[in-house]
Amino acid sequence: MKVTEKDVAYVADLANLELTPGESGRMAADLNSILDHMDKLNQLDTAGVEPMAEAVSAFSASAAGDRFAYAQRADEVHPGLDRAAALANAPDTDGICFRVPKVIER
Amino acid sequence: MNLDLLTIEEARGLVQSREVSATALTEAHLARIAEKDGEIGAFLTVTREPALAKAAAIDRLAEKGDPLPPLAGVPVALKDVLMTRGVRTTAGSKFLDHFVAPYDATAVSRLEAAGAISLGKLNCDEFAMGSSNENSAFKPVRNPRDTTRVPGGSSGGAAAAVAAGFAVATLGSDTGGSIRQPAAFCGVVGMLPTYGRVSRYGLIAFASSLDHVGPLTRTVKDAALLLEVIAGRDAQDSTSADVPVAAYSAECGRDVKGLRIGIPREYFAEGLDAEIRAAIERKLDALRGLGCEIVSVSLPHTEYAIPVYYIVATAEASANLARFDGVRYTSRAEHAKTLAEMYRLSRSEGFGAEVKRRILLGTYVLSAGYYDAYYRKAQQVRTLLTRDFQNVFTNVDAVITPVTPTAAFKLGEKTGDPMEMYLSDIYTVTANLVGVPGISLPCGTNKEGLPLGIQILGKHFDEATVLRLAHAVEQVK
Repeated sequence: MKVTEKDVAYVADLANLELTPGESGRMAADLNSILDHMDKLNQLDTAGVEPMAEAVSAFSASAAGDRFAYAQRADEVHPGLDRAAALANAPDTDGICFRVPKVIER
Repeated sequence: MNLDLLTIEEARGLVQSREVSATALTEAHLARIAEKDGEIGAFLTVTREPALAKAAAIDRLAEKGDPLPPLAGVPVALKDVLMTRGVRTTAGSKFLDHFVAPYDATAVSRLEAAGAISLGKLNCDEFAMGSSNENSAFKPVRNPRDTTRVPGGSSGGAAAAVAAGFAVATLGSDTGGSIRQPAAFCGVVGMLPTYGRVSRYGLIAFASSLDHVGPLTRTVKDAALLLEVIAGRDAQDSTSADVPVAAYSAECGRDVKGLRIGIPREYFAEGLDAEIRAAIERKLDALRGLGCEIVSVSLPHTEYAIPVYYIVATAEASANLARFDGVRYTSRAEHAKTLAEMYRLSRSEGFGAEVKRRILLGTYVLSAGYYDAYYRKAQQVRTLLTRDFQNVFTNVDAVITPVTPTAAFKLGEKTGDPMEMYLSDIYTVTANLVGVPGISLPCGTNKEGLPLGIQILGKHFDEATVLRLAHAVEQVK
C-alpha cells in the first residue's frame, strides 16, 4: 500500500475537500490501484529528456525563436464583464461585492 | 419528408430553397427530442423559445431570397461544458446546477453567427471526466443504437443526439478521447482539431494543455463544414493559433492516391477486439485499391500514454477546479461558519465521486515529494510520445488506428473499477498529449449490430489531409 487513509486525508486537506470515512477508504484503494499502474513510467530512463507542459509552443515559435510569441498582445484596455453580470450567479452578494462567511476567527 | 437524419448541406438546402422552413425544421427536431429523449437522456436543457425565435429570423432572411450564412437553419446542440449566454450551463455537475452563463463560448458564437440554431445543452460526464457518461450528476445517457449500453463519454449526450436524430450536428469537447470515443460507440463522426485550431474561450476547463472543442456529425463533410466555421485565431484565447483556416469541405472527395498511411503496430496488439481489427483491415484493403500506400510503423511509447495522461490531466484538473469554491458561481454549503469551512463543505457537497478522485490524484502527483516522481516524469514521457509522432510523420501523411478496444459496453459494466475505465482510453489519449488532429468515423458494425470506429491522426494543423482521407474511408464499403 503506497497511499494510506492518512495520506488521503492530507491530500484532501490540500484540495479543500472533506471526505466521509467511507469515501476515504474507497479513495485510498482507488489511488493505490491507479498509482500502481503509473509506476510503469519508471521502466523508462528519462534522464536529459526535456519536460513538455503543452503542445502549442512547439509549433508557434516566432521567427526570432520566441516560444511564447503567440501569447503576446498589445497592452490595450478592453471592457470586461460588468458588475451585475459578474455577481448574478453568486450565492451571496451585497450588490457590489461577493459576500462570504467571516475570514478571521477571534 | 423524413427530417430526422439530414446532413448539414441537406438541412441548409431545404431552408434556402424554402422547401422546408427553418421553423418547421426546428419544430420537427424539438418534437423528436420531446418524444424520444426521455429514453436517451441526451439533453440537460432544451432552449425551445430562443431556437424558434432564431429560426423565424432565418426564415425572414430566406424569404427575401438573400444568400444564407453557411449553417443557416441547421439544428445543433452543445455539450454543457460550453458557455451559452443567458442559458443554464452545468458541466454535468450539481455544483453548477443553477449557473447561467454570462457570455458565449467563441465556438458557440461562431456557430450562431453562421446561422445555426441551438436546441439546447447536452448531457456529459461531470466536468467532462469520464468515458461512459455515467458520471453525469443528473442522469446517464443511453446509447441510441442499444439502450442497455453506454454512449461513451464524456461527450455522450453530443454523440447520442446526432445518432438519435435530435440535432444535425453537435459540439463536444475532447481532453483524452471525449469526442472520438462516443462518436465510435454511437456510430457517428467526431473530430479532434489540432491543439490551438479552435478557441477554447468559454469552455469550462478540465485540463488546459489537453482540452479541445470539436464537432460531432453524421458525415465527414459535415465535420469539415463545422470546422470551417469554428476554427481560427481568437483574441480571447491566447492558445488559439494564428494559422490560416483551409477550405476543409473542399478536401472531401479529393483523390487520395499516393497518400502514405502508417499503421502503428502498438495499436493493433493484444487487447484489441477481433471484429474491430477485421473491420479496419477491410478499410485498409479498400484504401490500397484507391492507390494509398499502407506501411507498418512504430510508436514505441504507446503503452505509457495512459499513465502519462492520467497524471497530466488530473494535475491540471486539480488546479483548474480550485476555482469552484462556493463564492462566485457555484452553489454554497449552508451552515458553514468560516470561509475555510465554507470552501471545504461546498466543494465536498458539489463535486461527484469521480471528480473528487481526480482532484485528489492530481493534488497527490503535484504534492511535495511526489512532483518529480510523477508529474515531472509524465511531462518527460510526454516529450517521448511527441517524438514518436514526429518520427513517424517524417515518413507518412497520416496514421490509422482503432478508436476503442471494444464496442460500446453495458451501463454499470466498468463503474466498479476506475482503472479499468481509464484503460479503455488507450487509443485516444496520445493525440491530446501530442496535440495532433484526429477523427473518429464509423467502420461498420459487429455481429451484435453495434457500431465500430476507425481513427485517423494527422500532422499538426493538417486537418485537410485527415478529412480528405476520412472522406475516402467513409465512401468505400
